[in-house]
Amino acid sequence: MADNVRRGRLPFRPSALFAQTDRTAVGSVPLVLMVSFFLGLTMALLTGYQLEKFGAERLIPSLIAIAFTRELGPLITGIVLAARIGAAFTAELGTMQVAEEVEAIEAMGIGPLRFLVAPGLLENIGAMPCLSVCSVIAALIGSCLISWVSLNIVPAFFFDSVLSSLLVNDIVTGFFKAAFFGLVIGLIACFKGLTVQGGAEGVGRATTGSVVIAITSVIGFDSLFNIIVTQYTK
Amino acid sequence: MTETPLVHLNQVVLAFSGKPVLKGIELKIFPRDRLVILGQSGGGKSTMLRLILGILKPTAGEIKYKHLRVNRLSRSKLNLLRSRIGMVYQYSALISSLNVRENLALPARELGRKSESEIDTLVEEKLALVGMSGTESKMPSELSGGMRKRVSLARALMMDPELMLFDEPSAGLDPVMSSVIDELIINLTEKTNTTSVIVTHEMDSAFRIATRMAMLWQGAIIQDGSPEEFRSSEDPVVRQFVTGGVEGPMTEQLSDADNT
Repeated sequence: MADNVRRGRLPFRPSALFAQTDRTAVGSVPLVLMVSFFLGLTMALLTGYQLEKFGAERLIPSLIAIAFTRELGPLITGIVLAARIGAAFTAELGTMQVAEEVEAIEAMGIGPLRFLVAPGLLENIGAMPCLSVCSVIAALIGSCLISWVSLNIVPAFFFDSVLSSLLVNDIVTGFFKAAFFGLVIGLIACFKGLTVQGGAEGVGRATTGSVVIAITSVIGFDSLFNIIVTQYTK
Repeated sequence: MTETPLVHLNQVVLAFSGKPVLKGIELKIFPRDRLVILGQSGGGKSTMLRLILGILKPTAGEIKYKHLRVNRLSRSKLNLLRSRIGMVYQYSALISSLNVRENLALPARELGRKSESEIDTLVEEKLALVGMSGTESKMPSELSGGMRKRVSLARALMMDPELMLFDEPSAGLDPVMSSVIDELIINLTEKTNTTSVIVTHEMDSAFRIATRMAMLWQGAIIQDGSPEEFRSSEDPVVRQFVTGGVEGPMTEQLSDADNT
């Protein structure tokens, strides 16, 4: 890595980064949108029925906006990304490892970091906040629709409440979290892929392992992050 | 001999999880040698190539490339050294997601400072050398085993290496394609004055290519000499390996292993 910087080259290949982003992150948009839309819808519906009893259903827009921007957007996107991109990345690297392609790259003196690891890792870090924004938007649309249909909250009021309740802090926290989750998922996927042993079965094991560890880590880090932030901002 | 060896494996010992694979290899590879390393499957021949490339580190002993101690080099110096060595893998190890042109261009793009048009010319030149012109846009999966091996050979030649390493170059190929690959190795190494190390257990191939041979048996080099010396060797292990006989120390060792 330092060699490349010394030789005046980027520590990653821009063409590979864009190709990877197009293949994996852009392809994840429909899934993130769909999952978040239904999750937002369900959340609004369930909380709406409870809050209705206290006449507090007007809080739904702010509740959904804050919950998704700070918490659920990055979390849902992280889980989807770990399952979709993390698994694909581990399987791809694992297959290359088994077919001696990784060793061949090393044997040429290239080093797998710039060629294989950096594009995937950077793509994850960059894609997560963008996908997280998609997730928040889809969840807001889903919850707005159900609020309008079943709780008589008109869209204009809904989005007005969303805008007035969101703080810059919520958005920044969500962005930071999403990027960090992207890094965690990428690192786990790379590590599991590059340490595959035992042929096709090994690739399968590593891919499952990568998804399980990445999802657990995303949820774990999210909890840890919340505990620290809550303690710090008390 | 006063000539300085290009590569010197000096009392190299290698063990995997405590199990010794190489038990004190002493081998010098001189410039312009076409050294064939013979030995049983799983005997540590390919491991020796990985040691020369610095992919594996020896448990004891030292590997020298000219004056450089391969096992003590920093990552960046090791990468520089690797760019001077071309390796052809048993199963070609072409990057399956890249086409032939991109596979060949890879080392030049990543390691050199050539422009794209210079790289394109170089790719065409190297493909022509191995008789694979016109396959630039094909994916590795569209090529036969022999074609993949030739592309792999062209890729190894991209950086004009001083040393070429071949891991079972004729494995899995029909006899005709096997001879074609052997002829390619001979012609290319002669044309470019390259030193080469070929690991194989196919005797026809070995005698066709070699200017020098070394026999690896139970983790040590038991004979090192010319192909003629191997043909007339009195050593029972070498004789059995060269003739492919059923009776001899190699099969005795196998039945001993079965009985234990």
